[in-house]
Amino acid sequence: MSVIYLLISVSIFVAICFFIAFIVAVKSGQYDDDYTPSVRMLFDDETKITSQNKNQSTEEKQV
Amino acid sequence: MSVQSCFHCGLTIIKNEEIYFDEKIFCCNGCKTVYEIFSLHDLTCYYDFEKSPGASPQDIQGKYDFLDNEAILSKILEFQEGNTAIVSLNIPHIHCSSCIWILENLNKIQSGISTSQVNFPEKKFRITFNSETVSLKEIVYTLSSIGYEPYISLENYETGKNNVDRSLTYKLGVAFFCFGNIMLLSFPEYFEIKEFWLDNYKPFFRALIFVLALPSLLYSASDYYVSAYKSLKSRMLNIDIPIALGIIVMFVRSTFDVIMNYGSGFFDSLTGLIFFMLLGKMFQIKTYSFLSFERDFKSYFPIAVTRINLDTSEENVPIYDVIKGNRLLIRNQELIPVDGILMSDKAEIDYSFVTGEAVPTTKKSGDKIFAGGKQIGKVIEMEVLHSVSQSYLTQLWSNEIFQKKVFQKHKTITDAISRYFTPILLLIALAGFGYWIFFDANTAFNVFTAVLIVACPCALALTAPFTFGNILRIMGKQKMYLKNALVIEQLAKVDTIVFDKTGTITTNIKSNILYEGMALSDENIVLIKNVLRASNHPLSRMLYDFLPETQKIKTAKFEEITGKGIQAFIENKNIQIGSGVFVEAPVLEVSQIEKTTLHIKIENNYYGRFIFENQYRDGLEKLFFALSKKYQIKVLSGDNDGERTNLETILPKNTELIFNQKPEQKLEFIKKLQESGKNVMMVGDGLNDAGALAQSNVGISVSENVNVFSPACDAILDASEFSRLDYFLKLSHKSILIIKMSFVLSLLYNIVGLSFAITGNLLPLVAAIIMPLSTVTIVSFVTVMSNYFAFRNLKSL
Repeated sequence: MSVIYLLISVSIFVAICFFIAFIVAVKSGQYDDDYTPSVRMLFDDETKITSQNKNQSTEEKQV
Repeated sequence: MSVQSCFHCGLTIIKNEEIYFDEKIFCCNGCKTVYEIFSLHDLTCYYDFEKSPGASPQDIQGKYDFLDNEAILSKILEFQEGNTAIVSLNIPHIHCSSCIWILENLNKIQSGISTSQVNFPEKKFRITFNSETVSLKEIVYTLSSIGYEPYISLENYETGKNNVDRSLTYKLGVAFFCFGNIMLLSFPEYFEIKEFWLDNYKPFFRALIFVLALPSLLYSASDYYVSAYKSLKSRMLNIDIPIALGIIVMFVRSTFDVIMNYGSGFFDSLTGLIFFMLLGKMFQIKTYSFLSFERDFKSYFPIAVTRINLDTSEENVPIYDVIKGNRLLIRNQELIPVDGILMSDKAEIDYSFVTGEAVPTTKKSGDKIFAGGKQIGKVIEMEVLHSVSQSYLTQLWSNEIFQKKVFQKHKTITDAISRYFTPILLLIALAGFGYWIFFDANTAFNVFTAVLIVACPCALALTAPFTFGNILRIMGKQKMYLKNALVIEQLAKVDTIVFDKTGTITTNIKSNILYEGMALSDENIVLIKNVLRASNHPLSRMLYDFLPETQKIKTAKFEEITGKGIQAFIENKNIQIGSGVFVEAPVLEVSQIEKTTLHIKIENNYYGRFIFENQYRDGLEKLFFALSKKYQIKVLSGDNDGERTNLETILPKNTELIFNQKPEQKLEFIKKLQESGKNVMMVGDGLNDAGALAQSNVGISVSENVNVFSPACDAILDASEFSRLDYFLKLSHKSILIIKMSFVLSLLYNIVGLSFAITGNLLPLVAAIIMPLSTVTIVSFVTVMSNYFAFRNLKSL
């Protein structure tokens, strides 16, 4: 049963890892702006679509 | 035909002025140009996210020339090394997802930009660019050309890295870490099964729990000890004293229990309590990061001015470098940054923001002009009399009374209750101890500590933060932005409301124009309008916009006599428009003289006069009527009393009207009211109200555009919501009621807990159930109640 010492220390260690990750995230300013990223992640595709369209159209012209 | 609106900016299009381009309709050339830029760069997705999201670009020729100046540039840039430069710009127009998209794709329009990032809540735009391929000035021009003009003011001059205080987030993180792990570890003990292995490992579990409780106790809860110590020192009993006492007693008793092997202690409840209380604190702090409540003249002043050197060359210099004797060039709509003497032959200066006068004043060559006014019309030249720090406005601002942030000790409702709560709590604990000491010293000690633990006013302390935090959000959604939660309590205490006139109860935008006198024929109106077209006087412009559209006729002889009026020949008719003296108008009764008027004389026949009346905000009458039932209302104005009779008819009878008030007098007026025991709310808008806003118990600044400027205050109210002031006051009263109700509720919990404690039956498990349960009940109760009241009042309006 002394394996419980190991198990608990592992669980605490994992918890501490997550805790440190949280502190690092806060420090880097991740939580300062909690709105813009939620909008931004929806954008990337839009630009790609337009640029692809453009590429297609130029290719078509070349053909 | 339905009303058409611009594809780009959404404004209603004036008939026959629309511009067709690419099968879309635009209201002006500016909007069309922006669309062209976007379609050229394949960025028309801009219009897909949001319907007509744009703004038409303003003419900014020469406005940002100062960005060529290295000294100024280095102050504005956040970072510069080699070719890489980073700048953070404040862009008030950022308002929707389209804005984020177009700005973050700015590198497609302007080369040299490597990355650009929008911070939406702060309306900030951070650009990393190559300073060799593109200059900041070019970027600013590009931004302006697509309708996103940045707002650069003197405030940007000292861009010190302002450190964000994130300590509460860290504390909350630590508290949650400790709380979660302790809960997990104390779970086996809750069942209290006499099991061999569990008993065997008990010391290990308990030691671990003890160690895990330390960071929460020492770091997360540290604010409570500091606050309790401070309040003891100033001999005021605030709510943090019983909290700190509860936490410490809980820790000592638990440690004692663990060491003596009496039980598992209350570490789980202890860390849970700290976590919940910090959560409440976090909730209460709702910051509107795009607003600033501590603004001073710096955010109103430009960062640089155009100086004319002796050799007549023009140069942009930082405003702090302007010294006495310099000559400055002030363009249309630019602010006069320092006191000086006018060198050009005439200027129209709008002082409405500084003094509260509604109509711009005319200055002649040689007149003294004061800092803070805005030049309207042509470019003027001026000679500097005082440097920025010695100018009238800045002096006024650094004046002690204006500075003094009235440091009244607000006694909050929670503190008021805790004044009684703490002594009663101690009494009960001592009584329990005194009773049990006759039976068993050990039980007596247990009872004493149990009372302090269970009565720790966790729920009590959470009531106010959650109620106010929620109300703060509700008001924020309705465009009333409060500085912090304390303002709500202050709002509920107000008994006297003082309004400023110009810009607060009147709008800045339009004036009401009336005509008195002989009827003007249509031909005459056409003539007047054409004469006015040539004039740059603000009154002429206002009247010109007011008169209906007509065909254009050429004016033959046109002469504008400064301070008097216009004389012109049109279609061989002699037309005079101007002041009463100028046109030799018949003498009027005294009450009429004070009004702002333009007199008309055609072919030497006096016709009549146009009277410029201030336009009052919509719903003003209704609002004042509603308010006058509960509050004393006063109106202060920096303007002359020409509007007195008009105001008297609109406003309720008992409203006191005081005119010709200088900024200092306004402040004194508020002070006198306070000395006579009133709780005063000041509603103002400009710099002229700044002192009064600071002095009053609650200073509310009404703003047409909340992003741009408002003087230091406790709350910013969007001008469009002005008529709902009544509703916000009512809501603040309701929130106090909610708090009182939930105080009763949390006291009931305390009584239940105390009955366990006093009989000596408080088990850790009971404490661990009661505490979170009471917290959850209180939090949900206040949230539901405040939403209910906000919604119900909204409907009844």
